[in-house]
Amino acid sequence: MAYSDKVLDHYNHPRNVGSMDKSDSAVGTGMVGAPECGDVMKLQIKVNPLTGIIDDAKFKTFGCGSAIASSSLATEWLKGKTVDEALTIKNTDIVNELALPPVKIHCSVLAEDAIKAAISDYKIKQGADVAALAQAH
Amino acid sequence: MKPIYFDNHATTQLDPRVLQAMLPYFTEMFGNAASRNHAYGWEAEEAVEKSRGQIASLIGANSKEIVFTSGATESNNLAIKGVAEMYAEKGNHIITAATEHKAVLDTCKHLEKKGCRVTYLPVMGDGRIDMEMLQSAITDKTILISIMYANNEIGVLQPIAEIGKLAKERGVLFHTDAVQAVGKVPVNVISDNIDLMSITAHKMYGPKGVGALYVRRKGPRVQLTAQLDGGGHERGMRSGTLNVPGIVGLGEACAIAKAEMAEESKRLSGMRDRLRAKFEAALDEVFINGSMEHRLPHNLNMSFAYVEGESLLMGINDIAVSSGSACTSATLEPSYVLKALGLGDDMAHTSIRFGLGRFNTDAEVDYVADKLISVVIKLRELSPLYEMVKEGIDLSKVQWTAH
Repeated sequence: MAYSDKVLDHYNHPRNVGSMDKSDSAVGTGMVGAPECGDVMKLQIKVNPLTGIIDDAKFKTFGCGSAIASSSLATEWLKGKTVDEALTIKNTDIVNELALPPVKIHCSVLAEDAIKAAISDYKIKQGADVAALAQAH
Repeated sequence: MKPIYFDNHATTQLDPRVLQAMLPYFTEMFGNAASRNHAYGWEAEEAVEKSRGQIASLIGANSKEIVFTSGATESNNLAIKGVAEMYAEKGNHIITAATEHKAVLDTCKHLEKKGCRVTYLPVMGDGRIDMEMLQSAITDKTILISIMYANNEIGVLQPIAEIGKLAKERGVLFHTDAVQAVGKVPVNVISDNIDLMSITAHKMYGPKGVGALYVRRKGPRVQLTAQLDGGGHERGMRSGTLNVPGIVGLGEACAIAKAEMAEESKRLSGMRDRLRAKFEAALDEVFINGSMEHRLPHNLNMSFAYVEGESLLMGINDIAVSSGSACTSATLEPSYVLKALGLGDDMAHTSIRFGLGRFNTDAEVDYVADKLISVVIKLRELSPLYEMVKEGIDLSKVQWTAH
């Protein structure tokens, strides 16, 4: 299969590879997929508590080149966005940007799921913090 | 530069000596081997008979027992369907194995629709069938056992001589798809009690589009129902004008294999073992798929855990190998052969098949090993699974969100 130049670029030079502290309340972690399916994505965001803007994003992906590229691209797009802006990223945007063929669309879906899961984790943590604060009062 | 070719189970490069032998039969010696009344026909027939002898000599057969076909898919179809139809009055039960090539499995499935009963034997963790299970699968309706000599993905050799002996004792015909084995390891239809055997030229440095079926003539005399109607060539078993240049190529490939097999298999197994040793020295969590003891000398099939096969192939795009990963298959399913060994889908996704061949060099082995190791290390840095395992997490206990 021929890969697009953009997929190759992300595969050869993946952006923002790494892990952040899962227990940090400013960090949201999303892990989607399953080893049996051949794809697992872990995507993390770190949100600035003062501005509500995603300061940092990291990923690690087990999967094909298109899955790696989709998650690498997602981390690039997440940085600098507010959490609500991040929720507007759609899998079709990733498909278009990376010129993914139809058999690889599920990779972009997985990346969108990972973004949503990371944001959801972050929001739950914030809610938990508020609850904890309320309880303390 | 073209990629380094380590995919010799898929096909092999034509040996230049084979090409030289074939060339005259495309041009000045173009006759039809069935033309009985002029020199063009005679020289073509002579070339065909020479090839028959070369093939027979490699496998311990008589040259009259060689039927030319278009390749192993046709040979497998002819053997299995031909027996099922010819011996329909005797029985309708066929025994085969889960790890067979699709040309055998799909032929059996076709026959099931026509009223045959087929037993698909599972294999053990090392890829071999269980002889006791085979023994107990045989009934008085069993007419054929079809078990491959060597597997195309994992290179595992089945206990062919034991199967042949059992089949003979029980009066059941024994067919083996031997495309990966003939010319690579010693094969003898007499000592192995093989009744039918499929061969193809292009897996042994010959041309594509030509193969043969060995059909035993004595003890027992095997009969087949022809699958093609026509001029009654090949003792009525396979009609169609013979592919003389291809047949010459197959014969020459067999003659070369016979002369060089002992030395070549030693050289290739040495290279294969070195490749394996390099991987195991540099990487943790790599696993061999299938028996190392009962294996073709030029095959290595390994799982590089926590690194998905297609992404691995992408990083080694200057090397031609195959993966058991779903993403690399037409069906988007991971290898059914690896699954039959009991491998989970997760490990099948991380497998790579290396098939060494006559034209590979030691320098290529070093290059492939170094390159693959560096890509596996890089991709493991990217792998959330590898990270979790290193943190001591048991992946089998994780709640995954399957999609």
